[in-house]
Amino acid sequence: ELTFLTKQEILAHKRFTELLSKEERELPNTRLPMEKILTLPELKSNPFRKRICHVFSTSEENDGSLTFEDFLDLLSAFSDSATLEIKSHYAFRIFFDDDGTLDCGDLEKLVNCLTGETDETRLTEAEMGQLINNILEESDIDKDGTVNLSEFQHVISRSPDFVSFKIVL
Amino acid sequence: QLPSYQSLLYRRKTSTGGSKQRGSSRSRLSSSGSWKLGLSTISKPEEKQKSPLEQRPIRERANTRRLAEAQELKSWRQMRQSIHRYLRRLREDGQESLSSIKLWRGDIHLIEGMFGAGILSYFSFLRFLVMLNLIIFLFMFSFVMLPIVIASHALGNITYNQNDGNVCSVYPSSARHGLVIFHEHIADLLSGGGFLEQTYLFYGYYKAHKIHFPNITYNLPLAYLMVTIAYLFLSLVWIVKRSATGFKHNLVQDEDRFQSFCNKIFTGWDFCITNENAAKLKRSSLLYELRTDLEEERIKQKIADRTRKEKCRIYIIRLILNLFVISVLAGCFYSIYVATTFSQEAQMNNVKVNFIVDLIYEYLPSIVITMANFITPLLFSVIINFEDYSPAFEIRFTLIRCVFMRLTSIGVLLFSLWSQITKCEEEPCVCGYNHSLYSCWETRVGQEMYKLTIFDFIIIAAVTIFVEFPRKLIVKHCDCRLAHWWGQQEFAIPQNVLEIVYGQTICWIGTFYSPLLPAICTIKYFFIFYIKKVSLINNCRPATRPFRASSSNFFFLGVLLIGLALACVPVAVSVAQINCSQACGPFVNYTTSWEVLPTTVSQLPHGVQTLLYALSSEAFAVSFFVVTCLAMFYVIALAGAHKKVINQLREQLAMEGRDKRFLIQKLCQAQKISVVRSPGSNSQPRRSSSSYHTSFSNNFNESVFLAHSPPDSATHV
Repeated sequence: ELTFLTKQEILAHKRFTELLSKEERELPNTRLPMEKILTLPELKSNPFRKRICHVFSTSEENDGSLTFEDFLDLLSAFSDSATLEIKSHYAFRIFFDDDGTLDCGDLEKLVNCLTGETDETRLTEAEMGQLINNILEESDIDKDGTVNLSEFQHVISRSPDFVSFKIVL
Repeated sequence: QLPSYQSLLYRRKTSTGGSKQRGSSRSRLSSSGSWKLGLSTISKPEEKQKSPLEQRPIRERANTRRLAEAQELKSWRQMRQSIHRYLRRLREDGQESLSSIKLWRGDIHLIEGMFGAGILSYFSFLRFLVMLNLIIFLFMFSFVMLPIVIASHALGNITYNQNDGNVCSVYPSSARHGLVIFHEHIADLLSGGGFLEQTYLFYGYYKAHKIHFPNITYNLPLAYLMVTIAYLFLSLVWIVKRSATGFKHNLVQDEDRFQSFCNKIFTGWDFCITNENAAKLKRSSLLYELRTDLEEERIKQKIADRTRKEKCRIYIIRLILNLFVISVLAGCFYSIYVATTFSQEAQMNNVKVNFIVDLIYEYLPSIVITMANFITPLLFSVIINFEDYSPAFEIRFTLIRCVFMRLTSIGVLLFSLWSQITKCEEEPCVCGYNHSLYSCWETRVGQEMYKLTIFDFIIIAAVTIFVEFPRKLIVKHCDCRLAHWWGQQEFAIPQNVLEIVYGQTICWIGTFYSPLLPAICTIKYFFIFYIKKVSLINNCRPATRPFRASSSNFFFLGVLLIGLALACVPVAVSVAQINCSQACGPFVNYTTSWEVLPTTVSQLPHGVQTLLYALSSEAFAVSFFVVTCLAMFYVIALAGAHKKVINQLREQLAMEGRDKRFLIQKLCQAQKISVVRSPGSNSQPRRSSSSYHTSFSNNFNESVFLAHSPPDSATHV
């Protein structure tokens, strides 16, 4: 299959072109800046919205802007029928992975992203350390202090709640 | 290799629906292939070359592969694929339309968006109970009531049970005579007596023995008994089927706090949330869960570090507190027993004091049970603080105690009723039960169940209106210390679930004595849904202690199963053990209700009889039991073997990782040596090593890069 989408391909195009201005609609292959994409209601409340844009963006400047094809890729990876492998692959990239593994710094950024922005919603230093130790103990199989893609996929396959990794327009 | 390619391989390997998916994907290619091709030529080609392998869009890689395969299609394959596609479309449409006619779909969506998945599971559990009660009522109606209605209004001849003039078969009418005051009608409606007693509502009305239709004879007592067994069995099967998935998850998760932190961090965020409030809620609940889990781990560590002296002290405290809990429970049960006997005697004496006081006497057991069920959870939650368990165990243990309290109180009520019924002035009883006071004891029991149901509903409505709404008003407008301490209402899921399981247990017990009770319960749960929903939206704030969705379903259905098991016991005892009343009901010609079955079996043809006797003989039962035990041992052994295999595979994975690192180190050393030997050469990082993991190649690059720098600095020295 080329994508995992069904009727939503048409819907996606409609939503995408809604965000473009009048002149931009005429040009083929326009690139939407990240700020406009983040106004979509499905992404607005998501703590990972900026990472999602960066991961699916194919621009050279690495500014998170998306063309329509990138947008389709995004929806395709997040759709219901995408397989677990695809979802876990993209989830790994979205969770602050830049160098192929998730190390302590990446995990800390991830946890802070999940719990909130303000100081009182963050975990203390001791709690963060304990949490990261626990995560590494559970998922780091080769004991190298980082979580690589296969370890991540192994953890995900055992988890019953990963079905919530989807965005529906 | 791209995940998309790997997913293609994966999908080809899966046996179920493998061909279907392939067929559908190929057919989609044929329809949309041209469009995709056009798009891909528009996109900039230079982008494709620059970006690394994994950043290329999924579609273009699969596109090239698909084009190659499309040319192999033959016409009969195309037809098969189109049939598959049509069937799959049909199935999806069917599922969609089925889910769109589900009851309360919009309301439950709204609640899920506002309050999260834990409370959602409570409301879908309520919906499940409405459907279950409706189905039970349809069973009862179509097999017990409908034949009588058809026979009396259309065709058919009913033979009633003979009244042989025995002292046991005297059934004085309880209808009111003469001028009836209006409030007596209300009293009758609320207590199930008076004009309601000799109606379809209660067991005593079904006096028919056999109904003769033109072609067949309908044996009503047999039908009544079989329907009772059938609805209990149906409830069991439906609940077990519904809890199967939840049970599997729970079994995997409970293994040893397995992956709980990883699950929370990696899969904790629900990407479907679009509401800002819901997102804030999810964040705070995630934070709370993490903090609770970390604290629990610290407490476990503390428990493991306890000294002998501290352990002794704690065990003594726990023993004393458990004895205290048992004594509290015993006190409650005794008070229920006393209240029931008092209420029964007051009703029998027929002394009319006052309308309100009479009603209180009637409802005395219900009042006592409700008060006990209100006070004991508070008591238990205070006591558990002194017992020094871990937080998760505290919650579970309190819940177990509350469940035990609620469900056993019904049992105590029934037991005290039966002790009244089988107690006569001169022992032993002439008819097997006290015929002078309880000429139709099943109707009496049915009335008690009816009263419990009505009172339960009244209490739920009254607590919502008179406690929760004022609480919200006080907390919102008044600024006193009481308001701050009391706080805004939280929707306590466990207590609410126990309430409706209690109501459902009463329904299961009472349906045998009052065939219309399931209909009453359906209507009751229907209104409770709306009451709870309004109260939730207007009064409650989200719970600070979140309930996990994957395990809460299992908890609800587990408690419901306990209720079902407890409900089967009274019904079984009364069907098999206690003499049925001779004055009313379908079983007049039999000693106990169970006797219908052996009598009917003895009238069947000889072959069937021998078969049934063989099935119920001891030889068959023992061999069946032995075979079941063997199957269970086999399955347990299989599970143990699987666990061992999983551990072995895990160790293998760990070893593979260590092998990888060892090889990388060796390669680095080899690189270093070769670079040192020829410093001028531009050694390219070799990509030839098998990179079946992109991460592996990235690691490799990094380490080679690291190996690069020392030689430069070495030469510059």
